[in-house]
Amino acid sequence: MGAIENGIALVLHWDVLLTIFLAAAFGLVVGAIPGLTATMAIALLVPVTFFMDPIPAVGAMISCSAMAIFAGDIPSTLMRMPGTPASAAYTDECYAMTRKGQAQLALGANVLFSALGGLFGTFVLIISAPLLAEVALQFSSFEYFWLALLGLACAIFIGTGSPLKGMISLFIGLFVASIGLENPAGIPRFTMGNTDLMSGVDFIPAMIGLFAMSEVIRSMVSGAQDWDVKQVALGNPLKGWGHLFVKYWPQQLRGNITGTAIGILPGAGADIAAWVSFAMSRKFSKTPEKFGTGHLEGIVESTSSNNAALGGAWVPALVFGIPGDSITAIVIGVLYLKGLNPGPTLFLNNPESIYAIFFIFILANVAMVPLGLAAARAGTALLNIPRRILMPIILAFCVVGAFAVNNAVYGVIIMLVFGVLGFLMEEHEVPVAPCVLGIVLGKMLEESFVTSMIKSDGSFLGFFERPIAGGLGVVTLLVLLIPVWGWLRGRMRRTQPA
Amino acid sequence: MKRLFAALCVAASACLAFSPASAAGYPERPITLIVPWGAGGGTDAVARIIGSLLERDLKQPVAVVNRTGGQGVVGHQAIADSAPDGYTIGLITVEIGMMHWQGLTKLDYQSYTPVALLNEDAAGVQVRADSPYKTVRDLLDDIKAHPGKLKASGTGQGGIWHLALAGMLASDKIAPASVPWVPSNGAAPGLQDLMAGGVQVVTCSLPEARSVIDAGRVRSLAVMSKERSKLMPDVPTLKEATGSDWAIGAWRGIAGPKGLPKDVTDVLGAALKKAYDSKEYQDFLTSRGFGGRWAEGAAFGTFMAESDAALGAVMKEVGIAK
Repeated sequence: MGAIENGIALVLHWDVLLTIFLAAAFGLVVGAIPGLTATMAIALLVPVTFFMDPIPAVGAMISCSAMAIFAGDIPSTLMRMPGTPASAAYTDECYAMTRKGQAQLALGANVLFSALGGLFGTFVLIISAPLLAEVALQFSSFEYFWLALLGLACAIFIGTGSPLKGMISLFIGLFVASIGLENPAGIPRFTMGNTDLMSGVDFIPAMIGLFAMSEVIRSMVSGAQDWDVKQVALGNPLKGWGHLFVKYWPQQLRGNITGTAIGILPGAGADIAAWVSFAMSRKFSKTPEKFGTGHLEGIVESTSSNNAALGGAWVPALVFGIPGDSITAIVIGVLYLKGLNPGPTLFLNNPESIYAIFFIFILANVAMVPLGLAAARAGTALLNIPRRILMPIILAFCVVGAFAVNNAVYGVIIMLVFGVLGFLMEEHEVPVAPCVLGIVLGKMLEESFVTSMIKSDGSFLGFFERPIAGGLGVVTLLVLLIPVWGWLRGRMRRTQPA
Repeated sequence: MKRLFAALCVAASACLAFSPASAAGYPERPITLIVPWGAGGGTDAVARIIGSLLERDLKQPVAVVNRTGGQGVVGHQAIADSAPDGYTIGLITVEIGMMHWQGLTKLDYQSYTPVALLNEDAAGVQVRADSPYKTVRDLLDDIKAHPGKLKASGTGQGGIWHLALAGMLASDKIAPASVPWVPSNGAAPGLQDLMAGGVQVVTCSLPEARSVIDAGRVRSLAVMSKERSKLMPDVPTLKEATGSDWAIGAWRGIAGPKGLPKDVTDVLGAALKKAYDSKEYQDFLTSRGFGGRWAEGAAFGTFMAESDAALGAVMKEVGIAK
């Protein structure tokens, strides 16, 4: 018990608390700017932490990353401009709510369920970090292959329109993912001798193009008319939240569990968690027809999920020094600099630091509520601007965001190309979300497949030989085959009476 | 609004007009430090601490910019293409001596003005802690007896740690193809795969494997360097273990585009020397377990030329070089 109290005492200093608060505000600003990711916010913090004590340094990184991930939902909801691939899963749903005048409701739900998801992930971390890390370490490329395939299967369930058009979009995404040098063989593909194309197509500018830029083009084509809706003020958030909490508790719990489970795996993170959760939500919903029209259900589940995943990523990072995502990769470096070397010994020799880290996690998620709510209210004011003025501003954000990803004009070109592509796709009622999913998961799918085949000397049986891989494989095949079977049965029935 | 825009234009063109002005009093404006690898890696960490130390010494902001992708080609290209005025420099890495052999780019070490070498980490040979191999000799004997049985990982196809393994095998008269390489996105995923049982050997640097070695999951059998590492003095060198002279490591150093004026390299070299010797950098190396290695100007150039030739020889042997 002494270690827990000591850990909390380490955090409860005014300078530590102030650092955490300032880092949270910094994360909020950076995360809310499209194109600037949570990873970038953390990287910018690194030189500052050189001059800090260990606990405030780690605290700053935790609160900054938690805020930045949530803040990605703000431009996503208001301008259809997802800040991270994790929020791309439900960008369209949030934006549809904005179109109905419910931007504040959507953002309020994002804040609440992000915070609750984060807290859930933290509690799992506290209770069972060393145990879960053991399980996570059993994941090899065989398991990741099935996980990537399971993620892609989500495209079938997310799309509201025809499955065929969803598949077209998914395959465009998979093609885009194959461009460049970053493939298992290290062979340049579709680069046409261009150095920039060697790095492939970064999904952040592509995503900004597909979602935000295409919306700008569409709006301009129709003369940028103002929307005929008034944004409803949120009012007393506590009242509305109680209602949401009661109404959506199963979705929320499911999202929390899915997010934590996926987040713990070093090779998968918040983005896959959000997609899987959104697809699950629609699959198990009593009213799947409401999805896509600005319906909170799926948003609740996936926003819970991606923040729960954030805490999960720290499990392998703290226990084995294996980063769960790019954010924890940076944090591991800082832990070493501060003498808090990750590993099982950290839990034995330095338990108060571990408890201090857990406590900061809780604080960061609690602080997210007031800060996030204030940002959501301030952000909604943007929507009062006439759209013929707002659209050029969004365009400017698109350009800056796409440039900032890699400090290169190449990002802007990608963004523009995908903006036109997204516009054309949506004009033909091809959804853009599965395309983003394809870009995000394509590399993982290919890598895990090729490396698995090398390991098993070319035998497909390798994908079922390991217990976890076999189990995942069966689940994936069922998920893929059940709709096909249902379709066949439907056909049989229709042909029988005739 | 229009007037503001006009004012900005004037300001911007003024900046542009003055920028090529000679290096008298260099540096008189902020410096950009390009890193060809992503935020969060070891290279990024070195760049960021060196950046902040340069900033303190030169009294000008130093902006660290990650230009990632294409296995380092994109960032290295950006450094080589920048104006040789000393306001854009970069942290170049061992890959500069590899990618031109693969035919990925025309860039090689001669495309840069070498300023200073800052760090080198030798390759280590890691196996699972519960594996039967106690020494590199055991491992190599098993590979010889059962070619193709063991798989190795640690970086992408043709990456530095792949070459480390291939060179080690070749120096023991074993065909490099006896251990198929499983490409990974760096050392951490490779080590995770080692623990998950996906591969049996990981060649990567000791600081990269440090956390899992400390956790008692992974064992390092040898380090491919002339001297033992300061981080883990119990790990023998390859020479001690097998008698092989093969040594290889990943290095990082500061360079500018070709044709950097001498007064600029003098200022930068002196500032980097100060940064290298500073307590902050040395503490950073110790705490991260990185190896320090210093070479300035022409000496750094010679070092790169030797590295380039050695890497080219292995790459031809493995069949990766075009």
